[in-house]
Amino acid sequence: MKRQQILERAVKEIQDGMCVNLGIGMPTLIANMIPNDFNVMLQSENGLLGIGPYPQKDEVDPDLINAGKETVTAKAGASFFDSAESFAMIRGGHIDLAILGGMEVSENGDLANWMIPGKMVKGMGGAMDLVQGAKRIVVIMDHVNKHGESKVKKNCSLPLTGEKVVHCLITELAVFQFTEAGMELLELQNGVTLDEVKSKTEAEFTISPSIEIRA
Amino acid sequence: MSKLLTSFDNAIERIEDGATIIVGGFGLSGIPEKLIIALRNKGVKDLTIVSNNCGVDDWGLGLLLENKQIKKMIASYVGENKLFEQQFLSGELEVELVPQGTLAERLRAGGAGIPAFYTATGVGTEVAKGKEHKEFDGRTYIMEKGIVGDFAFVKAWKADHFGNLVYRKTARNFNPVVATAGKVTLVEVEELVGIGELDPDDIHTSGVYVQKVLVGNDYEKRIEKLTTANA
Repeated sequence: MKRQQILERAVKEIQDGMCVNLGIGMPTLIANMIPNDFNVMLQSENGLLGIGPYPQKDEVDPDLINAGKETVTAKAGASFFDSAESFAMIRGGHIDLAILGGMEVSENGDLANWMIPGKMVKGMGGAMDLVQGAKRIVVIMDHVNKHGESKVKKNCSLPLTGEKVVHCLITELAVFQFTEAGMELLELQNGVTLDEVKSKTEAEFTISPSIEIRA
Repeated sequence: MSKLLTSFDNAIERIEDGATIIVGGFGLSGIPEKLIIALRNKGVKDLTIVSNNCGVDDWGLGLLLENKQIKKMIASYVGENKLFEQQFLSGELEVELVPQGTLAERLRAGGAGIPAFYTATGVGTEVAKGKEHKEFDGRTYIMEKGIVGDFAFVKAWKADHFGNLVYRKTARNFNPVVATAGKVTLVEVEELVGIGELDPDDIHTSGVYVQKVLVGNDYEKRIEKLTTANA
């Protein structure tokens, strides 16, 4: 249920007309929640702008996959291109929004989401390019780990994907934004109290005036 | 003059131990499956392989791992492969992880005669360690070097006898930049056509980059993650 709450809030970040990259895993699920009347082009960094729905069984094509290596389709208006051009799009600032998963986010907007020391390193794929290149970076993740420890930290303890790259963080408890002034609590998720967010957040943050009034 | 060869074994004849080989493909899509098998059969060792991924345990570049032919792997993501993990942890295999966009650009630069370039990707991370940092207009960038390989293995959909290439859908991926970055570029295709049959407007890779063309039959085109509607 908490995953659903995160996803429902995350899809609101997508506006009509945007070109968007959804990270592998949980962010990919957002694709199905985009309003039907929106004209949104989803980018897959292996070389497709305009990802369509999963194929019918008889449409499956091994030459048409997404960055998660899943078989997909291309929607009307889609284009194919090579990997260098795909990342020129990303690094050149032509992708409006990237929604990525996270392991840790720090109060100054650092993101760690690619490796855990001591475990097998799988690689960063395109994550380091996306956080530096896309115009807006939204991270979605659980607020605490399975031991109940805050993943929203003063400083990330895991190796970084990028420094000061996160614009918005959405968890099952709250929504934060990151500006030059620091980290600000923007919204509480339904049924969540300010005290709960404070107690489960290691990072220091300011509170948006709209929340102070409600609280 | 035709660049067509009929034998995959002959095509890789000149590859020796210690060679650097750049290989196209993303996951198992658009991989030069016949050239990889020929290289496995030849058995050359201590190879440096540059490719976005390293196949799976029994297919693609995983075949070279199985045969312990790879000394060093330069890739962006290698998470789909247990053999890789074993050889990495035991120290048999050296790994350089490169952000995917940086890898694509390093190949593009290598193929275009550009020795190095600056990018913001990786700044403030482990990737930036030991690299030159430089500021442009108030933003910090790191220097990354171009890559040129002794050989490049490419998979395309169609070729003509000059080596002009057309790719299909997302099987294009790294293949066009890989084609430019090999001192010797070997291409395998599903279909060979006559000179003049490809519309010049439709050609993705000019034959200038290609040394040899081979036609493969019965492509397996394995699917890593079969996902369908209503599944």
